[in-house]
Amino acid sequence: MNVIEMDGLRKEFTVRVRAGVLRREKRTVTAVDGVDLRVERGEMLGYIGPNGAGKSTTLKMLTGVLMPSAGQARVCGLRPVADRTRLALRIGVVFGQRSQLWWDLPLRESFDLLRHVYRVPAGAHAARLTRCRELLDLDAFLDTPVRQLSLGQRMRGELTAALLHGPEVLFLDEPTIGLDVVSKQAVRGFLAELGRAGDTTLVLTTHDLADIERLCRRLVVIDHGRVVHDGSIAELHRRYGSRRMVVAELDSALPEPPVLPGAPVQRVEADGRRLVFALERASVAEVVAGLAGLATLRDISIVEPDIEEVVTRLYASERKGPLLTPGV
Amino acid sequence: MEVRGALRAYRSLLGAQARSQAAYRTSFVVDLVGNLGATVFDVVTVLVIFGVTRELGGFTLRETLVVVGLSSCAFAAADLLVGNIERLPRYVRTGLFDAVLVRPLAALPQLLLMDLPLRKVSRAVFGLAVLLYALASAGIDWTPGRVALAVVAPPAGVVFFASVFVTTATVSFYWVDSGEMANSVTYGGRDFTSYPITVYGGWFRALFAYGMGFAFVSYHPALALLGRADPLGLPSWVGWASPGVAFVAATVAALAWRVGIRHYRSTGS
Amino acid sequence: MGSVTATVGPPTDAHVTPWFRTFGAIVAAGFRRHATYRQAAVAGVVTNTVFGFLRCYIFLAATGAAGTVAGYDRAQLGTFVWAGQGLLAVIAIWGWTDLADRIRTGEVAADLLRPVHPVTSYLAVDLGRAGFAALARLVPPLVVGPLFFAVYLPRHWATVPLFLVSVLLAVVVCFGCRYLVNATAYWLQDVRGPMILWTLGSGVLAGLYFPLGFLPGWLEATLRYATPFPGILQIPLDVLVERESMPTNLGLVGLQVVWAVLLLALCRLVQRRAERRLVVQGG
Repeated sequence: MNVIEMDGLRKEFTVRVRAGVLRREKRTVTAVDGVDLRVERGEMLGYIGPNGAGKSTTLKMLTGVLMPSAGQARVCGLRPVADRTRLALRIGVVFGQRSQLWWDLPLRESFDLLRHVYRVPAGAHAARLTRCRELLDLDAFLDTPVRQLSLGQRMRGELTAALLHGPEVLFLDEPTIGLDVVSKQAVRGFLAELGRAGDTTLVLTTHDLADIERLCRRLVVIDHGRVVHDGSIAELHRRYGSRRMVVAELDSALPEPPVLPGAPVQRVEADGRRLVFALERASVAEVVAGLAGLATLRDISIVEPDIEEVVTRLYASERKGPLLTPGV
Repeated sequence: MEVRGALRAYRSLLGAQARSQAAYRTSFVVDLVGNLGATVFDVVTVLVIFGVTRELGGFTLRETLVVVGLSSCAFAAADLLVGNIERLPRYVRTGLFDAVLVRPLAALPQLLLMDLPLRKVSRAVFGLAVLLYALASAGIDWTPGRVALAVVAPPAGVVFFASVFVTTATVSFYWVDSGEMANSVTYGGRDFTSYPITVYGGWFRALFAYGMGFAFVSYHPALALLGRADPLGLPSWVGWASPGVAFVAATVAALAWRVGIRHYRSTGS
Repeated sequence: MGSVTATVGPPTDAHVTPWFRTFGAIVAAGFRRHATYRQAAVAGVVTNTVFGFLRCYIFLAATGAAGTVAGYDRAQLGTFVWAGQGLLAVIAIWGWTDLADRIRTGEVAADLLRPVHPVTSYLAVDLGRAGFAALARLVPPLVVGPLFFAVYLPRHWATVPLFLVSVLLAVVVCFGCRYLVNATAYWLQDVRGPMILWTLGSGVLAGLYFPLGFLPGWLEATLRYATPFPGILQIPLDVLVERESMPTNLGLVGLQVVWAVLLLALCRLVQRRAERRLVVQGG
């Protein structure tokens, strides 16, 4: 069953640009340019794209904050803007840089307030809060006013706040932005746990691809308001030809880089004592065997494809033109 | 059931706002006093002007004070309840507006309750005190009708000013930097209603008094209470029109707010 | 280079010229920065105009049958109100919290690292701001007012130049007061108290809500000589409408000079105290 449906979803903004001393020109900017997506219950969807690609705009249309210019969206079978308050009871939203919490009140009081705002039965509220307290380690700062919390602590509070009414869908806009490594791990671990339970659908926008690698089986890449990839991370690698690398450390440099079938040399480093091969058709064993005949191997390591690099290449090729067919 | 749940939610938001402000006790007291001062000076200004003249627009000090009382009571209470909606551009900028839109409650009451400036209570109380003093000292010939009007006119004025606050704030949905301009109608309206409208003239009076309806906040009710005929020639029952005018103003405000939110949603300013 | 010693740099050309150049550059930067807020200026002009109408009608109503009140005739009141509405933005009587904000966030430390004294550089920025406001905010009410009300045009040739000098001094006096109010942030956690006192006091004591001439004579005289407030609004306006004779007006402007010097000296003193405190306590 689809929890989220987007059909030709589109959002245009009119911006006024100064064009001379007094003259102003209206210009239309398309932030989201015809997005079709289906998200099933329990899916964890990573939504990535460069700045201004339309990620947050999409999320705002799905949560009822913005009205689509064209196309339509359904979340939990409801129309986000028209059925805003009914939908609000069934979704949770975390805007990474904006707070849902009460700045001057202890975290605990914010949670209590949200219970009234969302009209959650006391028992269910207490049960969910207990679970969040355990998983997110909230106890140490539950009585601290929000304004005194660190960003990481606050984000853990925001997550809890978004989940206390037991939403079916959780929308997260940049949940790890600005967090330190430890807090990032805590947030990711918590979301992974949430995903494992399987009854919450998760839609996550992020700049940090590590979030995606850790959490999302499905990845949607958006650029210039259009979906350019929709599928698993492995599929992304396959489609855009990202390859594993073999890094070989040699005792001494070879007179010239060796030619191994199916594994071209990518880089020569450390005065020729470190060689990087891309695995195209050859296997790791074949590369090692081929090298062993030519030089003394000191060390060998395998580097998994870097999603960041793939995405960078993806954006770059999108900009150049339709070298690649957009995703389904 | 649904309504009761929502009411309980709004009450919780109000409680949270009260506790938030209690976190800054000294500032709160300072603000309480400062806000009182603002309304005191409004009244002092009127007294000073009557220090150099015996009559203003054909009205004596005692009569004018009834106008002042109705005006400052209505304005101060509306400012307390709804005045902070003038901070709408800030709500949009800080994301509070979006946060409010993803909650299962109406947006406007949430914003008002979450930022209710309780420190302005002092002004509202002072405004009421001025009104009571003015009513007591103006030598009004009390009839049941006038008692009823004295009870109905101030809340009608509150609703009217509240509507003006909301309507003018919606301008910033379209024009973010318009901030100060709303003041010309809100605070301008307060100053306008602090004097008998006979003081003003020409199209300016027509615009503020009847175009925008400010004459019904204090001037016409005061005439009816004092039992004076309108020097400008309107019949005496006009003093009773204030609740009706307030209702129209509230309708306009609700409409403006709806259209404004729709515009926000379609532009995402 | 003349007699430059190790301890005292006398104000030779070599020192004064670069100082003026720096000061001028900061003034120009202040002008340009504020020139970007054009929409806000338009909104402000509309507001000033509405309040111009309100105050003008109310004060005129106070003139009664005689047509004069507290030494102003109807035309003089017209000029007093409309020029006053324009001056409000030039002196920036309300809403300036730049210094207090920078103290609160600690950014003020960066100001101390600059080679220009903070009081001097803030004053220069403020003069630049006032320059833009004089064009964008003072002129419109002066044009709109006469379209709807009788206004008084100065008769003495020296009045207009004296008015301009008086406005410049009013900006400096107002700046000095605002700087002192903001500087309380060095000692107080929350400056809303001083800010509110200033907002309330300045409006009524400077002659905005009503000309100070409406007050009893002894009170007006006390305010005039014992406080800087009339110097930020009432004095320039009285000079413009020639409420008193030219020698008296010259005396009033002289009074502004005294207050300007006093306040700037006080600002420097307060700033030095605050800096010493910052250095000792590390903010």
